[in-house]
Amino acid sequence: MISRRDFLQVGMAASALVGASGFGNWARLAAQQTLTQDQLLDFDTFGNVTLIHVTDIHAQMKPIYFREPEINLGVGENKGKVPHITGAEFKARYGVADGSPSAYALTYNDFSALGREYGKVGGLDRVATVVKSIRAARPDALLLDGGDTWHGSYTCYQTEGQDMVNVMNALAPDAMTFHWEFTLGSDRVRELIEGLPFAALGQNIFDAEWDEPAESFESYKMMEAGGVKIGVIGQAFPYMPIANPGWMFPEYSFGIRDERMQEMVDEVRAAGAELVVCLSHNGFDVDKKMAGRVQGIDVILSGHTHDALPEPVVVGDTIIIASGSNGKFVSRVDLDVRDGQMMGFRHKLIPIFSDVIEADAEMTALIDEQRAPYLGELEEVIGTTDTELYRRGNFNGSWDDLICDALISEREADIAMSPGVRWGPSLLPGDNITREDIWNVTSMTYPNAYRTEMTGEFIHTILEDVADNLFNPDPYYQQGGDMVRIGGMGYRIDITKPQGSRITEMTLLKTGEAIDPAKTYQVAGWASVNEGTEGPPIWDVVESHIRKLGTVTLDPNTSVEVVQG
Amino acid sequence: MKLTRRDALAWGLGATAVAMLPMRAFAAADDAIAAFTGGADVGEGDISLDAPEIAENGNTVPVTVAAPGAVAIRILAAGNPTPGVATFNFGPAAGSQSASTRIRLAGTQDVIAIAQMEDGSFIQTAKTVKVTIGGCGG
Repeated sequence: MISRRDFLQVGMAASALVGASGFGNWARLAAQQTLTQDQLLDFDTFGNVTLIHVTDIHAQMKPIYFREPEINLGVGENKGKVPHITGAEFKARYGVADGSPSAYALTYNDFSALGREYGKVGGLDRVATVVKSIRAARPDALLLDGGDTWHGSYTCYQTEGQDMVNVMNALAPDAMTFHWEFTLGSDRVRELIEGLPFAALGQNIFDAEWDEPAESFESYKMMEAGGVKIGVIGQAFPYMPIANPGWMFPEYSFGIRDERMQEMVDEVRAAGAELVVCLSHNGFDVDKKMAGRVQGIDVILSGHTHDALPEPVVVGDTIIIASGSNGKFVSRVDLDVRDGQMMGFRHKLIPIFSDVIEADAEMTALIDEQRAPYLGELEEVIGTTDTELYRRGNFNGSWDDLICDALISEREADIAMSPGVRWGPSLLPGDNITREDIWNVTSMTYPNAYRTEMTGEFIHTILEDVADNLFNPDPYYQQGGDMVRIGGMGYRIDITKPQGSRITEMTLLKTGEAIDPAKTYQVAGWASVNEGTEGPPIWDVVESHIRKLGTVTLDPNTSVEVVQG
Repeated sequence: MKLTRRDALAWGLGATAVAMLPMRAFAAADDAIAAFTGGADVGEGDISLDAPEIAENGNTVPVTVAAPGAVAIRILAAGNPTPGVATFNFGPAAGSQSASTRIRLAGTQDVIAIAQMEDGSFIQTAKTVKVTIGGCGG
């Protein structure tokens, strides 16, 4: 439902474009208990081209809870800008009422209470219903997958991505780009890609030895929809060998390569493209910067940083769409393309409320088929939780605290480190913790929980390095993850300072003493990018810890003091 | 230093002579710049330096320099113990004044390219390349 106010708001923001976003104001509908699938999917088909965007599904085939971040700080030019606003500020910015379905979908406030009211989100069988409905209105709609699809669950790990390939193939995307997929190892990635019935894109995926575009991936694909020639250019995650273990895919090199992106845009325009779409896994701030440097991209479908935005962000003549993560949202973007130009858009971020949107029966059956061989392992209850368990946010979430506790307890360490990844669904107080839940927040192909000695100085160096990957004022120097999660140690971080002076007041929590740069500490962690890391897989460590606890109860974590300037 | 096909092509087409710098340490990048320019002023102009924002491997960072009309381009790694990396000289028959190589960076630092133009003037550009221990990811 597009109100006149929404239309004006977006129309004004877009200088040259006329556009509209329909996130809808469902508070009243929900209060009347009348929120329906029809309302969620309601959309006045517009123009001549429709794009459907899904991204960062992280192998979540079934409905889940997913709490959006409380802390998502922007730095430099992006301070206080979308998507770096959360909670009340976010609700005010988009006119979202407290307690409304939009508030539940897009913010963290009252998450457990609203979760009980509105239920789970996502589920690829619900996504299938949405995709089918859009295709019914616009049969040649393009479905584009931003990657981080073949990673993040028990079954995805056991089948090396095959479960997700089977399910996504049934959704029939037109193209895909990549990030965590590469952690399956380059041989497996090539094996899966060879069988894909759609385009595997990445203009920035290079052969590391020859420094030339890699053969197994296309830079772009020319498509046609609504009589419009469309160039879809892929942009894989630029910092793969730095953020993930490069030894698993040594043949490949990445990088942003925005000059080559410009060449590709020029090339598809020269080949007749009237609309240029970039299917990106850059992360939102990097996409924003790139949109200002590369001329001629009409639409960037942005992934990686898991932001869910109810309206596109407009940079020059480019609109940037952010579609969330974990199967929680689908974006529909209708475009009016005439005379080789995008004249207008209409956009809707569709939240997948699992109890409102009907499951597609064929897709449910296909998903259950993938899970059937593992159902016993998946459903085994390991413990329960009294605390809301979530991860997403710049600093420790409660899932991270639980994982760090497990590392300290099971590996007899002073300090624990857990990676600042943005995937991993949430659980509500009172929920059982199953093996599947544990794998949903730990599954990866380099899971070994190491235990090692580090000096205080080295711990400081690690924190400074990771902090710069998150808080460097230039987005091109950011990697898009969150801060490494620390257990057993507190610290103060001033995000306005340069690298080397952000982290102070490091304190060993068990003694209350300051961390001594020269002293050696026992540190346990997981997800090391180094080859040959030894230790039990993290899911075994966490499972053993939860079994001993029986019921998980966590105190709020106040060990990190954040200074925003 | 490992030669790749692309490097070899760039050298064969563009560079008539490649002088690797001797392994003696410069006190600082400024000294290295002065040694190349003879102390002349260095301006800005049509010179490009292509290097990754974040190095995938600090031991072998691909860089490409180009400056149409240059007779020589010197690459410096400002933060290395020995900042001088290479000087590419371009003869009159050079089809283009560009070259690619891979360099080792001791840590996060500026990589600088300075071109000597036909008229004897100098222009430069620089790019920060971050070398990080990495980890994590979205």
